Amino acid sequence: MTSISEDSDKEKVRSVSVDLNNDASLVIDIPDALCERDKVKFTVHTKTTLSSFQKPEFSVPRQHEEFIWLHDTIVETEEYAGLIIPPAPPKPDFEGPREKMHKLGEGESSMTKEEYAKMKQELEAEYLAVFKKTVQVHEVFLQRLSSHPIFRKDRNFQIFLEYDQDLSVRRKNAKEMFGGFFKNMVKSADEVLISGVKEVDEFFEQEKTFLLDYSSKIKDASAKAEKMTRSHKNVADDYNHISGALNSTAADNNTAFKKTISVCVLQKLEDRVASDQELKLTELLRYYTRDIQAAKDLLYRRARALADNENSNKALDKARLKGKDIAQAEENQKQCLQKFDKLSESGKKELTSFKARRVVAFRKNLIEMTELEIKHAKVRRLKQKCQKSNLKKIDPGPQNQS
Amino acid sequence: MAASSERSPPPFPDSEEPELLEDSDEGADAFTGTSISEMDSPSPDSTKPPKDIFNEPLEDIFSDPLSNVNSEPQKKVDTKIPSPSSDEAVDLFSDPLDDDSEVVSSPEVQNPMPDLLNEPVQAPKSDVLGEPPVHKNAARQQDIFEDPPKGSSKSSSVKKAASAELFSDEDEEDLFKELPKVVTKKPQPSGPPVDVFTEVKSDVKVKPQVKDDPTDLFAEEALTAPAPKPSASSSSSRTNGVHSEEHDLFSEATVELSLDSPRNDRKKKDAVKPSVSAPVAPVASSSSKAPSKTLEELEEEESEDTFDLNISVTNPEKVGDGMNAYMAYKVSTQTSLTMFRSKTFTVRRRFSDFLGLYEKLSEKHLQNGYIVPPPPEKSILGMTKVKVGKEDPSSAEFVERRRAALERYLQRVVSHPSLLQDPDVREFLEKEELPRAVSTQALSGAGFLKMLNKATDAVSKMTIKMNEQDVWFDEKIQDVENEEQHMRKLHVMVESLVNHRKELSGNTAVFAKSVAMLGSSEDNTALSRALSQLAEVEDRIEQLHQEQAANDFFTFSELLADYIRLLGAVKGCFDQRMKAWQRWQDAENMLQKKREVEAKLLWANKPDKLQQAKDEIAEWEAKVTQYEREFERISATVRKEVIRFDKEKARDFKRQIIKYLESLLNSQQQLIKYWEAFLPEAKAIA
Repeated sequence: MTSISEDSDKEKVRSVSVDLNNDASLVIDIPDALCERDKVKFTVHTKTTLSSFQKPEFSVPRQHEEFIWLHDTIVETEEYAGLIIPPAPPKPDFEGPREKMHKLGEGESSMTKEEYAKMKQELEAEYLAVFKKTVQVHEVFLQRLSSHPIFRKDRNFQIFLEYDQDLSVRRKNAKEMFGGFFKNMVKSADEVLISGVKEVDEFFEQEKTFLLDYSSKIKDASAKAEKMTRSHKNVADDYNHISGALNSTAADNNTAFKKTISVCVLQKLEDRVASDQELKLTELLRYYTRDIQAAKDLLYRRARALADNENSNKALDKARLKGKDIAQAEENQKQCLQKFDKLSESGKKELTSFKARRVVAFRKNLIEMTELEIKHAKVRRLKQKCQKSNLKKIDPGPQNQS
Repeated sequence: MAASSERSPPPFPDSEEPELLEDSDEGADAFTGTSISEMDSPSPDSTKPPKDIFNEPLEDIFSDPLSNVNSEPQKKVDTKIPSPSSDEAVDLFSDPLDDDSEVVSSPEVQNPMPDLLNEPVQAPKSDVLGEPPVHKNAARQQDIFEDPPKGSSKSSSVKKAASAELFSDEDEEDLFKELPKVVTKKPQPSGPPVDVFTEVKSDVKVKPQVKDDPTDLFAEEALTAPAPKPSASSSSSRTNGVHSEEHDLFSEATVELSLDSPRNDRKKKDAVKPSVSAPVAPVASSSSKAPSKTLEELEEEESEDTFDLNISVTNPEKVGDGMNAYMAYKVSTQTSLTMFRSKTFTVRRRFSDFLGLYEKLSEKHLQNGYIVPPPPEKSILGMTKVKVGKEDPSSAEFVERRRAALERYLQRVVSHPSLLQDPDVREFLEKEELPRAVSTQALSGAGFLKMLNKATDAVSKMTIKMNEQDVWFDEKIQDVENEEQHMRKLHVMVESLVNHRKELSGNTAVFAKSVAMLGSSEDNTALSRALSQLAEVEDRIEQLHQEQAANDFFTFSELLADYIRLLGAVKGCFDQRMKAWQRWQDAENMLQKKREVEAKLLWANKPDKLQQAKDEIAEWEAKVTQYEREFERISATVRKEVIRFDKEKARDFKRQIIKYLESLLNSQQQLIKYWEAFLPEAKAIA
């Protein structure tokens, strides 16, 4: 139904909230996507110089569910516990625009042709924007994986990229869904429990408090930003409606009044402002809300490992006390310690790079947003100046009656 | 405006009609004769057929109780003659009502006379006479004043038809009125024939001034001869009986000047229109108009924008406690109009006083087809809040909104030439204590009666099936209907814009807070700084949105609300016209019936009853003619009013929209400033 080529908008799409190292050995993008009913098929295009791939360039069709599968398998892989796993892309949601489209169809009879055409155009634009955003988040997910030195070597990831057949992942069934839900519950309960465990590393202690704090704040900010952009969109809609009404008012008048009115038709510019704001700011915050969640997950895994470590220490002490199974307990304790150390080490690295990445992304997006705001404001100012001078030229005096 | 075109040839109507409107406005504003000149200009157009003439006289008659006037127009004129001196005129002002009525009647009387048939010959003559003197006067004035450059421009257009004298006249007009710009524009657009008319108009305008100096009259008369030439037909008629009646005309003119300029102006306009068909009428009208304007008025007329009556409503103040509390507003007036006792004065008025003023005005003027500006609606909810005394922002906003609406309402009232002359308006502005307006309370007996009246009106409106003869009205009624719909729609949208912007402002504030929190917990110092800066920027933007929302509301939304109300008033005028038509038709039917009765009686040969039937027929015939004239008069008034309204509307919208755009521009400017200040901060994030 809707197919977009990203080429024209590459720049915009690339202005994602993540700073990716420009490693040419594995470049992934989604140049195309096809929307069929409630399924979106993304064309995942890969260009690589790595020898682990059979061909240097190939594309495969992938669905959202397959992205989720990839994410889940990575999360479940034990060795990645010390890494920040890129957050999975959110499910494409076209319900909003689609519903509106439906309503529009129903209300067709009650509107004039121009109004209908205009509304339709607006909705299509909105739909397209949502579509682009969806493509973008999926692309970013893959790009983050590909830019990570460990994830890029992941087998499942390579299969995802290369295997040109349907991966035949099915949607989670109810049991699994429930299982996932249950797992989450356990996880949060566990989180509370192990929070009592004394942190041995100050860095992690700090990082934990910071992330907890930060995540709640950024969640809040993201929600507020969303609200703000939504109301901005409302204002933009109002502008559109007003200009429509002004037009029809002007069409009915044949005097100076008409000229006055028709000159001051407000433009759609506000729309652009809102959508850009959405793209730059809201998306940034939203993305980092998810990213921070991922970082928190990492911390959780580490804390889990820490708890395990402590437990194994205790078990070892006990075994020594009883003089039984000392070897096994020792082995166990060693493993736990090793795992914990490894986790701590990679976690530290990941978190540091995460921090740097975040700062850079914020910088980039804030600058871009500011520049866009300035640009839009200038364009609007120019337009309004034009209108004003046009308006001033109109002499409502008697001459205009002719 | 379009309506005007119908009657007159295409080129004329546009240029002329607008002028007429302006003229009428100006005339109303100022007692002085400046407005007159403008009024005169329309007359040359001759766009309006004899009907108009009739209408006008009728109006005058109505306004002045002196229906008798027709029978003795000459006498009145004579009586007036002595009064021409300026001093007397001033005195007249002091007792405006009585004098005004008389004065008004006199000029009109002349016009109606032809209609009445009693003294048809005299009426035209009088007009003729009046005109020539005017021209002469103008010429003289030129000499005295020396024509300004502006006049020359006008003259160029006029040149073909007009003589040198004409030029001079025009110049004079410019000087006096200072309206020159408008005037000049008008003549240029119109084709050459139009120019001739305009020239004539200009001459007429000059005339009023002449009137002021009675001594000049004779000399002027001599001069006048060339002026009339442009319109051949008119000139011939004018020459006839000029001398004898001139005196009367002048005297009348002067008197009018002193008394009530607005009415005269109106009448004059009407008279002017007929003049085209019959040259005599315009002259008279012009003469009468000219004298009415004073210097101050002249100034006003010159630039409508610097209308010399500034009214401001300020200092809303709560008086009393509980449910009996009310808001009192300070109404300050600043004016140089002589009709007021002093230049500045202030009174305190409460909301119901404003409503009471409207009631009084609409009672008097609506039936004549005037558009009486409606006051802001009552708002029980808003007022109750205020009464309860909560000092929350919404009630403050309500009070401010109402204050602004009342101010606009008063300004509209006084900018209406005839309403300004109304004693009630003056009383409202000047008098320290007003009797409490009782009938404005929604729950009072009077309020109930009003509702009842409204209901019956609505019913009768539905039952009246008027087949519209006048295409202009037909179209205009439709236009107004459509416009109202559009405005309503637009208003709803602008309201929602205001609400959404307020919402946006609120959300921006919340976001700013949230970003500030985020910044405080950010551990990268540069980013933290940038975020708190962003929070500040968003805070300011929130302010901006808030201001813009207020602007949306006060300059745009309220404008639309005002005009929705005003369009309602326009529709009311149309209804009044329809009612007048209905009355006329009813009388027509009645007459028909009486005639049938007479025929039957004749056939039955009952002479005793025959006489009675004949009397009745005569009575009804008189009524029919009266109603018909009433209808024509109201049609003319409504038409003028609507044209004036359209012009005001265009001007109002232009002004407000420019203001609105400026506010938008301003906020964009601020936005740019804020973001540009933020940009280096964002770039400083390392």
